[in-house]
Amino acid sequence: MTQNNAAASAPVQETYKKRGQGKEIWRRFRRSKSAMLGLFILLTLIFMAVFAGVLTPYDPTEPDVPIRLMKPFVDSAHILGTDELGRDIFTRLCFGARISLAVGLIAVSISLIGGITLGSLAGYYGGTLDNVIMRFIDILMAIPSILLNISIVAAMGQGLQNVMIAIGISSMPGYCRIMRASILSLKDQEFIEASRAAGASDFHIIVHHIIPNCLAPLIVQATLRVGGSILACASLSFIGVGIVPPTPEWGAMLSTGRDFLRDAPHLTTIPGITIMLAVLCMNFIGDGLRDALDPKLKN
Amino acid sequence: MLKYIGKRLLMLIPVLLGVTVIVFTLMYITPGDPVDALLGDAATVEAREMLREQLGLNGGYFERLFRYIGNLLHGDMGISYATKQPVFTRLLETFPNTFKLALLGVTFSVVFGLIVGTISAVKQYSIFDYVFTFICMIGNAMSSFWLGLLLLLTFCLKLKWFPASGFSSPRHWVLPAFTVGFHSAANIARMTRSSMLEVIRADYITTARAKGQKELAIVIRHALKNALIPVVTTIGMQFGALIGGSVLVESIFVVPGVGKMMVDSIKSRDYPVVQGGVLAIAFFFCIVNLIVDVLYAYIDPRIKAQYKSGGRQQ
Amino acid sequence: MMSEDKLLEIKDLTVEYRTVDGVVHAVTDLNISIGKGQTLGLVGETGAGKTTTVKSIMRILPDPPAKIVSGEILFEGEDLLKKPESHMREIRGEKISMIFQDPMTSLNPTIPVLDQISEAIVLHNKITKQEAEQRAGDMLELVGIRRERGSDYPHQFSGGMKQRVVIAMALACNPQLLIADEPTTALDVTIQAQVLELMKEIIRTRDTSVIMITHDLGIVAEICDYVAIMYAGEVVEYGTLRQVFENPKHPYTVGLFGCIPDLYAEDDALIPIKGLMPDPVNLPEGCRFHPRCNQVCEKCSRERPHMVEIEPGHFVNCHLMVPETEQGGEQDV
Repeated sequence: MTQNNAAASAPVQETYKKRGQGKEIWRRFRRSKSAMLGLFILLTLIFMAVFAGVLTPYDPTEPDVPIRLMKPFVDSAHILGTDELGRDIFTRLCFGARISLAVGLIAVSISLIGGITLGSLAGYYGGTLDNVIMRFIDILMAIPSILLNISIVAAMGQGLQNVMIAIGISSMPGYCRIMRASILSLKDQEFIEASRAAGASDFHIIVHHIIPNCLAPLIVQATLRVGGSILACASLSFIGVGIVPPTPEWGAMLSTGRDFLRDAPHLTTIPGITIMLAVLCMNFIGDGLRDALDPKLKN
Repeated sequence: MLKYIGKRLLMLIPVLLGVTVIVFTLMYITPGDPVDALLGDAATVEAREMLREQLGLNGGYFERLFRYIGNLLHGDMGISYATKQPVFTRLLETFPNTFKLALLGVTFSVVFGLIVGTISAVKQYSIFDYVFTFICMIGNAMSSFWLGLLLLLTFCLKLKWFPASGFSSPRHWVLPAFTVGFHSAANIARMTRSSMLEVIRADYITTARAKGQKELAIVIRHALKNALIPVVTTIGMQFGALIGGSVLVESIFVVPGVGKMMVDSIKSRDYPVVQGGVLAIAFFFCIVNLIVDVLYAYIDPRIKAQYKSGGRQQ
Repeated sequence: MMSEDKLLEIKDLTVEYRTVDGVVHAVTDLNISIGKGQTLGLVGETGAGKTTTVKSIMRILPDPPAKIVSGEILFEGEDLLKKPESHMREIRGEKISMIFQDPMTSLNPTIPVLDQISEAIVLHNKITKQEAEQRAGDMLELVGIRRERGSDYPHQFSGGMKQRVVIAMALACNPQLLIADEPTTALDVTIQAQVLELMKEIIRTRDTSVIMITHDLGIVAEICDYVAIMYAGEVVEYGTLRQVFENPKHPYTVGLFGCIPDLYAEDDALIPIKGLMPDPVNLPEGCRFHPRCNQVCEKCSRERPHMVEIEPGHFVNCHLMVPETEQGGEQDV
């Protein structure tokens, strides 16, 4: 308010308004205790991922067989115990956080970009293009997503990159539908007409007018899907088609822990809880965002 | 109504064709030659060619695709590389188990979801509401494979209440069905709760109350049917997730179903089986969605009226 | 107020909504009564507490957040607020029934209309389903809808027809008290006239007592015997139709009449009441109307006025009605 009095041009006002809106959303978001808890868990996971190499002195993949299957909370050197090859579980969790967060982020970005593009094309141009795209989406939706993931990973080979692509493709239909529906409802509104009358290109209209107006449901869907993607990645690794050992992926850790279910249940329980917390925190944040972005929707 | 169902069945054909093409293409581009895997390096060129012909692996992409679709119409889904059995035969063996598991799972999730969701909504902010909202949150975030392992550990290995493997008695099915249905149950309960909360604030509920109707009758007769309308869609969508989840759960509880068969086949690169499994489940899922849509019309008279007046407008 | 043949008497009713944003004072110390066969018009702006008042009679307020803080609602001499829920259920729909504001939302979309009408009949009479459906059909014909249409669903009816169904539903058990909550507001003007005609017909031919909620003084003039004017949760003026219409005393009532276009007046400018209804969470001190009153005096912002009977049966809730000498000894109602 104190600054830029002289240069109070339109762009300045715009950022000022945006900041006000962001502040308001943050204020509403902060009111939800579960959303704040989710944020806290997420920040912890990010912290673990960023400082994975610094937090513990151990290597996530180097076996240390003499100290295998150490119970958790016994030795302060290995606070969460060690796995079947004597690797420190906490270290592996931290490195696993890198993978899971990366999968969540990148898979969602892939599906967001793909979904928005396809949805925009379908909704904005309509006609044959719409028909072709939506039938394609229908077909994708007819295959349960985990089967689609399995098929794609099988076709392209295992590994982090392909897992991300597979999950990205299989969660595209949701965004595509949201985007298409929003465009259909926005397309004929006057401010779009006005923009078109002013000579704006289709691309400009979609990027500057339509996407900002359907951002809220997209953001919420994307946040919720981060958790879903983490879970999907873990599932793939669990059945042995995702990320290959010895890479410290949470689902893979759980999978190898199966063989020691009776004697060392912590090998499955610890990654299990971690996956659950990761998904839970994204759900909390997603729900909180939904309420904060659109107070009308709140029950 | 029958006309509508017929129309929807016809509309299934292009979708299923599309699914077939996609799955076939994915398997086609899969790296590695199954002939090498089966015969090893020592085999002669002639032997390779013969096997290639036998497995339908000769020819270009389109030739093979059309041959596959043509055979599919005769119920021929190719031959398993690993067991040399027709894939269709193996599906006939495994599918009933997956179907049973899915049916048990969906029954559990719908019953649990509707009851818990309704009570939570009617008794909003009660202890029951808080406890079950918490359970549903956990259920939503919990991976079915971890839940399966936990149950296996607790009830089969530690408490020994349920047998850990084998499928001779109904008791064997309890844990797998629960595991497969839990995630969906949580989602259906959440959806039912929020839908119900909206409905019980509707004016026509006040109207029913003003007639002197009892609370229970109001919930069952007036609210539930209306609240179900959005929930039925959720149930339909959950069914897909549920069948998908059965892939994981089958391999944990060693259920001899399509999912386990597929997972085993992926490891042994037995792609005709994977392909057949994905197709079978996608077909099944499409039929379920059709049933859900019909159910929808049955619940909501407004939609039924649309069908009568010639198809649904989109 | 005189009693004996009173069907319903509301005494000092106070209702609050307890929300996160504060306590909403929906109705405060409200006193009204209605005799057998009489029609009372409850007039006020949106948010004046009319619907809250009648919903507390039926005890169908959403609780939480609504809370009946104090008061009595005597129906045939018995306090409805003290009755157990099971007794209350027997009264609802049978002795007291209600027509809701919006026919679009007050019918259940998934149940055929005949079943919705017969529901109350089955609940309150020991008769078979067939007989109940027969009677429900009769009710449909009474409100001018063909019997055969009973098996149709609400979405197959127009707004006016739906309101007729709602009226049939309310009359199904021949109630002693019928509450009509703005029965015509949500309808088109032409349909309004038809539904109003139907209401008048019902009031004339049955000896049902009616509480008619409306903000339309024209409707009141046509069908009501008594009028209560509400403002911000209080009755500000109460009396017979003639008393209130010919001799309005409260500045708010006078203001309301100033808002109606008069075809014969030479000056055709309307005189709107300045300002807006106060926020029911932060009601003004003293008289709740004083910020908008054109005859406000210093006392109005300080002290809450009391009901004064200025002529037999005509009550006004205003400091102006109290001669200076009588201060401190106002009559309570």
